[in-house]
Parts: sequence; structure tokens; C-alpha cells
Amino acid sequence: MLGEGILKGLSETAKNFAGSFVSKERLTTVEYPEERAPLPEATRVFPFLVYDGSDWQAGMRCVACQICEKECPPKCIYIEKSKDKKPDYVGKMQIYPARFEIDVSVCMSCQICVEVCPFEAIKMDSEFELSTDDRFGGLLHDRKRLAKSNEYYHSIHPTEAAEVDARLAEEKAKVEAKAKAAAEAAAAKATASAKAAEVAPAANAASKPAGGAEESKA
Amino acid sequence: MIEKADQIFILLRNWIVGFLPAGWQTAAGVVLGVIGIIAVFPALFAISVLLERKGLGRMQNRLGPNRVGPFGILQPIADAIKSLTKEDVVPLNADRIVHFLAPVYLVVVAFMGFAVLPIGRNMVLVDIDASLLFYFAMGASTEVSIFMAGWSSRNKYSLLGAMRAVAQMISYEVPLLMSSVVIVMATGSLSLVKIVETQNQYTWGLPHWNIFTPWGLAGFVMYAIAGTAETNRSPFDLPEGESELVAGYFTEYSGFKFALFFLGEYLGMLSISGLGTTLFLGGWSAPLAALNWVPSWIWFFSKVMLSIVVFIWVRGTLPRLRQDQLMNFAWKFVIPMTLLNLFVAALWRFMGEGWLRWVVCSSLLILVYVVAGRTGMRRKNFGPRSYRYAE
Repeated sequence: MLGEGILKGLSETAKNFAGSFVSKERLTTVEYPEERAPLPEATRVFPFLVYDGSDWQAGMRCVACQICEKECPPKCIYIEKSKDKKPDYVGKMQIYPARFEIDVSVCMSCQICVEVCPFEAIKMDSEFELSTDDRFGGLLHDRKRLAKSNEYYHSIHPTEAAEVDARLAEEKAKVEAKAKAAAEAAAAKATASAKAAEVAPAANAASKPAGGAEESKA
Repeated sequence: MIEKADQIFILLRNWIVGFLPAGWQTAAGVVLGVIGIIAVFPALFAISVLLERKGLGRMQNRLGPNRVGPFGILQPIADAIKSLTKEDVVPLNADRIVHFLAPVYLVVVAFMGFAVLPIGRNMVLVDIDASLLFYFAMGASTEVSIFMAGWSSRNKYSLLGAMRAVAQMISYEVPLLMSSVVIVMATGSLSLVKIVETQNQYTWGLPHWNIFTPWGLAGFVMYAIAGTAETNRSPFDLPEGESELVAGYFTEYSGFKFALFFLGEYLGMLSISGLGTTLFLGGWSAPLAALNWVPSWIWFFSKVMLSIVVFIWVRGTLPRLRQDQLMNFAWKFVIPMTLLNLFVAALWRFMGEGWLRWVVCSSLLILVYVVAGRTGMRRKNFGPRSYRYAE
């Protein structure tokens, strides 16, 4: 009969209306400032700089290579290289960014800077409440504001951060092995030269790991 | 005491008017009545907007506005401040005078309708003999304002919305009038005061409301449908269909003029509800003889607000109609049913007292309703769409 569907629909909305007062599960609204929906792990909003350890300046992974600055499509990154050098995570002396600034109002959250960074120094943050009443200073984040610890990185992207850590540890191990091998080779060479090239096979054996280290450097 | 509570507004008015010299008293009384109407109905508008936003939210399992004040009850005040402080943009090519006059005209005409509605016992601003006619004259002229708005904006969306509105409102004006004519036939008067008075009688404690007769119920249903269409409410909100026409005829309005359109729409809803209450639901009369001690104006306003709740409920339920469905429904179903209803009302009048007229009248109405619903409203062209020119 005509109108049956309308009555059915009216009963449905009435059920929803009454039900929304009774059962809390019906209301899907998350009242934002007071309560928050958990962010998915892959959330990306705006880049930040990772540092190891507790001191943000000493542990900064960035070596101011400026690849991200060049790759950034809207050109929102500004880097100034330092004059002096500081040791990086493996102890090698590297330059560091004297200035590293990102303009939030220009950044388009494309993650290209993260993709191109060879030092795992820049990562995407999940912090999204970046609004400010300071139009110029507040939107231009300097390196102090951008620097965030590796623990923080682990807390927002645990899987990705674990992968990065494994990769860095592997590289560090490799570098250490290489250093060790180089040291051994140097020691062997020293002993070999000391023995005045008396035993030929010993020198042959020493040259092998050195060749491997050469390859890894390339 | 009870008598005083019932007549409190009349007594208040007479007390204030008493301070003035005799020659001014009549005019001052009218002005006070107008001020009362202009104060009360926009307040009801604010309440119904809040009710709508909260209620619709709940129907969609949302919370609705709950930020401004406790439970969001101050939201209408925030909205009013916002619309007052917004920039008033007029399109460069618009007809500025008509563009300005359209919302003003809408609100003025919407208020005029309230002048003849009996809000309570002895509480009617102007008691004229043909008040129903006056009401419909005022109600029909809202179309003019809508067309003024759509035409003066120089915007295709506005004009399309206005065209739709005029087509729709003219189509539904007919069933709206015809379903009300039934009441005039039964009462023998065009005066709304008299219509309420004839309904304000009780047998065994039950009221003689028009809705409690077969023709009254059918008339009420048709009136509700036509009234919904007349006020451009969902599911008949084609003139302002957001999904296809931006905002319809008030696309080019902003700031306070937009607020006036919004006010006009809700005032139209309130006055249609008020008239429906007066014609079918016994106006200010109590639903039971035992409840007669409650002031009459409380009954009127609670019935009006109940109708508003039904409006909101329907809006939360039904999707928007298509233009051809809208026209088919008006001309092929509602108008024939109202014509039949006129006949049934006449039959009722001439069959005299007794149970026989109940059986005959209701079975006639139900039979035609079922048959017309089965055959007339069948979706004949339901199926894959065919394109005549584009293939």
C-alpha cells in the first residue's frame, strides 16, 4: 500500500533517535579536543629531524647534504651548512645544518624529503595541531623545533622506526667490521713489512678483506 | 486564578494600554499584539532550529551542536551573531532593489499570516470574517518573494531554484486549499476563530476535533503533504536542493539577508503548523475535557511544536523527490484525493447522525486511497534509462 515504506522509514529514524540516547555505541562521534581517535601508524603530516641520544644538537642525524632541499617540490626547506664538523652515529666527522627551516604553510606533506634522505635523518611526524597566531615565526619551524628524539620516532611509527634502526645498526656493524678489517690488515701489513716480505701467502690473505671493504665504500 | 492564567496576555495588554489616553488605546493594543507576535515566533524559530539540528543529529546517530552553552542550547544566539556580523554580498549584475526587497517581503508576508491565527482563547490579533482567505492570500504571496530573489540574483542556480519553487508551490497550493475547504464546509464559516470554537466541544470528555472524522483525517494528511511542499521542506525541498542547485533561490544571499530567508522559511513552517492546528487539531482547545484548566495558549503552542517535530522527523527520514515525481504526486494523487474528500465531507453532512456515515465515508476513502496508490502511483517507467539523443 502507498505510504508503507514511509512508515517503515519513520520507524527506523525513530529507532535511531531513541537508540542514540540509550546506547553509546551508536554514536560514532569523537568529540575532538577532549577525546581523540587513535592515529593510524602510517599517519604523515609534516617532517621532523631525528636525533639519537639525549642531546638534540650532538645526536642530529642530518649532515646538511641538501638533497631534500633540492627535491622538495614546493621548496619549503631551507638549509645552511655549518663551518665546523661533528661526529655522526658511527663516529665519522660530518658537517651538520647550522640552519634547518621548514615552512609549514608551504609544505604539502608529500614525504619526498623522507624518501630521498640517505641518512634516515628526516621522517614524517604525526603531530597535526600546528595552527598558530604568529603568522611568520610560528609557521617557520627552525631546527630546534624540528628536532625530535629517536624514541619519539619509535612511539609514533614503531614498525618503520625498528626497520630504520636495524638498517643503521647493520651499517654501523659493517663500518665497524670494515674498520676492524682495515685495522687487522694494517696490523698484518705492519707485521708483514716488519718480517720483510718473507712469507708471500700471508700478504695475499690480508689483501682479500681490504678489497671487500673497498667495495662496500663504493 | 485559572481564568487569569488563560487570559494573562490579554490582561497584560489591557493593563499597559490603561496608562494611555482613551483615544490611543485601540491603536496601542494592536501595536502591542504585533510586538508580541514579532517577539514570540522568532523565539520559536530559534527553538525549532536548535531542535532540528539536535534531532536530525540524533536520527543520524550524531550528537548535534553541543558546544555553545550547556548542551548547545545557546547555539541559535551564536548563529544570530554570526549572521549579523557577516558581510552582505550583492552580485554586481543583480537587480539591487529587488534583491534587497525579496527577503524583507518574505518575512513581512510570513508574519502577516500570524495576524489571523487564534493563539488562545480571545487571543487573535484581527478577527476578520474571511480570515482563512486572508491567510491563504498571504501564504501564496511568499512565492512572489521567492521568485523576486531568484530573478534578481542574475544567477542560473537562483533562477532555476525559483522556477522550481513557483512550479511546486502553485501545484501544491491547490491541494492545500482544497483540503482546508472541507473544514469550511463542515463549519460553515471562513473565520478561524469560529472554526476553533466549533471544535472546542466535548462528548464523554473527548474533543470534537476535525481530525477525528474520516474526512478530517484524510484532509489532515493531504494538508500535511501540501503544507510540507508549500514551505519547501524536505522531501519537497527541490527549490533549495543543495546537491544540484547550490542553495536554490537564495544562492546569492549572504549575511543578514540569508538569515531573513532562513527566518522566513521557518516562520512559514510555524504558520502552516499553526493553521493546521487551528483547522484540524482543535486550535487552542485541550485534548481532554479534564485538561481544560491548562491555559489555552499552552495547548496551541505545544501542538505547533509537535507539528514542527513531525516536520523534522520527516526531514530526517525521506530523501528528496525528483521534479517529475513531485508533479505526478500532486496532480495524480493528492488533488484527486482532496476532490474525493470534498465529496465525502458533503456525504457526511447529509447522511445525518449515526454509525452508517462512519462506515460509508471511511470505507470510501480507504478504497480510493488503496486503488489510487496501487495504480496511479505505480512506477511505470522504472528500469534502465533510455537516452533519446545521446547514444
